[in-house]
Amino acid sequence: MMIGTNNMGGTIAAISTGQAPGGIGVVRISGPHAFEIGEKVFCPAYGRHLRDLPGYTAAFGKIQRNGKKVDDCVALVFRGPKSYTGEDVVEFSCHGGLYLTRQVLHAVLDAGAKLAGPGEFTRRAFLNGKMDLTQSEAVMALIGAEGSRAASLACAAEGGALTSKIESLAHRLEDLLAHLAAWADFPEEDVEEVASDKVEEILKNCDSAITRLLAGFEKGKLVREGIRTVIAGRPNVGKSTLMNLLVGGERSIVTPYAGTTRDVVEEKVSLAGVPLLLADTAGIRDSSDPIEEIGIAASRRRLEMAQLVLVIFDGSQELMREDEELMDSLPSVPVIAVVNKSDLDQRIDLKFLKRRFPSLVLISAKGGEGLEKLEEALSDLLGTAELDLVGGELFTDRQHSAALAAEKALREGLEALSLEMPLDAVTVCVEDALGALYELTGQRVSDEIVDKVFDQFCVGK
Amino acid sequence: MDNRYDAGMLDVAVVGAGHAGIEAGLAAARLGCKTAVFTINLDAVGNCPCNPSIGGTAKGHLVREIDALGGEMGRTADACTLQSRMLNLGKGAAVHSLRAQIDRNHYARIMKHKLEQCPNLLLRQAEVVDLIPDGSRWRVVTRLGAVYSCGAVILCTGTFLGGKVFVGDVSYESGPDGMFSSAFLPDSLRRLGISLRRFKTGTPARVLKSSIDTSGLEVQVGDQPVIPFSFDTEDQLVNREVCYISWTNERTHQVIRENIHRSPLYGGSIEGIGPRYCPSIEDKVVRFPDKSRHQLFIEPCGVDTEEMYLQGMSSSLPEEVQRDFYRTIPGLEHVEMMRSAYAIEYDCCDPLELAATLEFQDLPGLYGAGQFNGSSGYEEAAAQGLVAGINAALKLQCKDPLILDRAGSYIGTLIDDLITKGVSDPYRMMTSRSEYRLVLRQDNADERLTPVGRRLGLISDRRWKKFTQKQAAKQRELYRVKNTHLPPSEALNQILVSRGTSPVSTGVKLGELLKRPQISYQDLDGVDCDRPELPLEILESVEIELKYEGYIRRQKAGIEEMRRVESKILPNNINYQEIKGLRLEAAEKLSKVRPQNIGQARRISGVSPADISVLMIWLAVYKDSGRNAEVE
Repeated sequence: MMIGTNNMGGTIAAISTGQAPGGIGVVRISGPHAFEIGEKVFCPAYGRHLRDLPGYTAAFGKIQRNGKKVDDCVALVFRGPKSYTGEDVVEFSCHGGLYLTRQVLHAVLDAGAKLAGPGEFTRRAFLNGKMDLTQSEAVMALIGAEGSRAASLACAAEGGALTSKIESLAHRLEDLLAHLAAWADFPEEDVEEVASDKVEEILKNCDSAITRLLAGFEKGKLVREGIRTVIAGRPNVGKSTLMNLLVGGERSIVTPYAGTTRDVVEEKVSLAGVPLLLADTAGIRDSSDPIEEIGIAASRRRLEMAQLVLVIFDGSQELMREDEELMDSLPSVPVIAVVNKSDLDQRIDLKFLKRRFPSLVLISAKGGEGLEKLEEALSDLLGTAELDLVGGELFTDRQHSAALAAEKALREGLEALSLEMPLDAVTVCVEDALGALYELTGQRVSDEIVDKVFDQFCVGK
Repeated sequence: MDNRYDAGMLDVAVVGAGHAGIEAGLAAARLGCKTAVFTINLDAVGNCPCNPSIGGTAKGHLVREIDALGGEMGRTADACTLQSRMLNLGKGAAVHSLRAQIDRNHYARIMKHKLEQCPNLLLRQAEVVDLIPDGSRWRVVTRLGAVYSCGAVILCTGTFLGGKVFVGDVSYESGPDGMFSSAFLPDSLRRLGISLRRFKTGTPARVLKSSIDTSGLEVQVGDQPVIPFSFDTEDQLVNREVCYISWTNERTHQVIRENIHRSPLYGGSIEGIGPRYCPSIEDKVVRFPDKSRHQLFIEPCGVDTEEMYLQGMSSSLPEEVQRDFYRTIPGLEHVEMMRSAYAIEYDCCDPLELAATLEFQDLPGLYGAGQFNGSSGYEEAAAQGLVAGINAALKLQCKDPLILDRAGSYIGTLIDDLITKGVSDPYRMMTSRSEYRLVLRQDNADERLTPVGRRLGLISDRRWKKFTQKQAAKQRELYRVKNTHLPPSEALNQILVSRGTSPVSTGVKLGELLKRPQISYQDLDGVDCDRPELPLEILESVEIELKYEGYIRRQKAGIEEMRRVESKILPNNINYQEIKGLRLEAAEKLSKVRPQNIGQARRISGVSPADISVLMIWLAVYKDSGRNAEVE
């Protein structure tokens, strides 16, 4: 039976540096099991265990998750009460970058820490007498404000996409629980028996919906943080013109001379509602100019890291060797072929390109024509039509954590069913899943189930 | 006023001798308090004015918990069982619930006799008409002028308080079963500042057995062997009666629909709010028009009476309409009513005004239990009566109160629901109201609560010894099954395969086999040769704990979390209006409920998670500053 053992109660963790790219990222763990949890993920370079270190000292080592190294890091040890929260605290300072820092956090959560709630470190600092009255007033005001914002959000977002998705799942579970409750609490009445295959079907549906949401979390993150997009193409096919068109201003210097763009020019733009971290690169070609060469090398590196490539061709010319070389060196990420200069006579072999690139659009970057085609192609390619950008996806780590808990509880319920456990065991798993979903939306389970029993079933003596 | 006389001093006065009053009086007296139990009619002690049965889903749990704490309901029900069934077998151990049809006259006689025999207790026929605060004590005034000076008063007034009966367009002031109602006390309670509200309930007709044709009816028999409620009952009980099942039909519904305007409920003369789980037949017909039939049970009221109870058929329609629709039902074509169905309206308090001890927050020494607190049901009443009686005694003896939490019992869940969430209709216990129901099973009620009863002084030495022996035997058996290896064998695999579970190729621990939902102790009789002779209840309990181990662990993690927040105690005298950041609605609700701790505060409807954060920070600052004097 896979019932969770991660029950370290009062030990919490979170990223305590800002949620923006920075030089260094800090993950803080605080609570009675801080050292124990820290040691599960931290592998010291010089063999000294965290628990043996005196307070206010540091150790160098690496963070591991699932047996794989995540990052090098420095661990700082604080012994309660001499710490920010007044509890035992371990802080991992790693290489910054949201991705890596999150990986470190997830490693710590896997090891048994609970994700800290908003202001929870500060709250603990109070509880342990680490702050004075003035400071506490300030924090209280903050949390109070958060409360009222949450309240206004909740009102506005009866229609919020995430909330309504979660609510529709929650309602299905509620209906199921109401039926189970009526069936168990009114055994001698005319309540239809709950068939386990029906329960299974509902749980499976909810489980896959939550799994989709969890997958959307990764995808959603991609969207929120911007998709690293490279505009590539041989020199002077109109990369910078496109860039400027997308950015809506003169960001790249556009000249009729090949090799004008020597640096990587980067800009965050929104296309079809999708944020792109757009990089206009130096045209890739063999060059003898050492400075241009540096630019080209940077372009190639950039290309390797790209998550999306817009490869530009000049429609008014036939395909050249450099075009073909570029096509061969494209990374295996989504690519959109953009055939520029559609306003001129077309000489390019479109048939060939279409075979090569299923996603192809004709534009005139200079005239601004075909931009909507590009947007469509992008949406199709990323499946963003499904990706709800107004909040239909899990957004925060906190929501992610609650969705994971719901998924876990549902799977345990399904496991109980497959083991042929009686339905009371399944029921408690479903209740836990519902509790996690309500935590996600900020609601709480109250007497909805009982109310539903009486609304929907004719029970009672 | 002239007729008043000093009737002496009491520690505890209990108003009412129904199921709540009985347990309250017995508990207080057994804990050493000089106690009087007042009743309007001595022939109504322990009356069951509605169904002649004790227990049922979740209610069976309550009876066992009452019994484990040293209460009386379970033992008395066992002594007059007519038929017993364990409900929900096959739906899982958490929802197994015992229910017994009982001989209601016998039940009432036994209870009355127990009260009469109890040391420190006086059972007295008298109508309490006034309660007057008197320093830290209470003066309890009866209709005939007796004035008792009491340390504590427990109100267990049931449907007597302001009782009014409705049958069609006829209505009159009355308690249940033709008793006088308590007409003066409501004004007295209002003068004390208690907010009274009107609830209502109803009961079906009692009919003459010989006028029923049972020949075509489905018969419902009891379970063999009969499992008693009380952990103290050693006699083997037997089933003595059967019940019958019949169904309404379109004709029944037609009679009801044609006369619905004559129902006081639909005509609007009843203001009280009825229980959702106990709808009258006219309610069912109106609210669920698509259902072509409704089930009813025909149940015996006792061995020396021919009255039969028509469960599921309560009504407040006029008498002749009742007769007409009852006679459309198969088996009841010629039925003769002996008592008509009626609805009864009564006064009850808003339980949000109570503390977890069931004492009024603003009226020290005054307690409520049972229907007075907005609940319904004999078992719910008895459970509260027991807790109120115990707490009244503990308070007079300057001891710590008894507060049962949600994780430890259904009784704790019931009381917490009442005092934290309040009630909008008469509250009935259900298994779905407990979030910890895999832990709060009826089979382990003694394990959970007998140590509590023992500490209080309500469990005898003899019973305690029996309890500890049972627990030791259970632990030994758990150890044995977890450490006994069975070698793979033809015989074993034959058993496993025949039960639809996979055979084993290596040795296996007995405990691992019992974990499989398909395998029971009995299945392993042939291969588990070293099993000691153990009572069924121990085997059952061991098996449940093995099978549900992982799920119980899941619930225990929840309990740990709950207890952590419950340990954050909120001072009693907080002025919530002055806490910055609390929303207005939350501040109002908190001021009314006055939760004991953060955990309870979280369960109040209208208090959001953000409010709780504010409260926690306020609490930390408050503790930190140590300036308790500044709270107000």
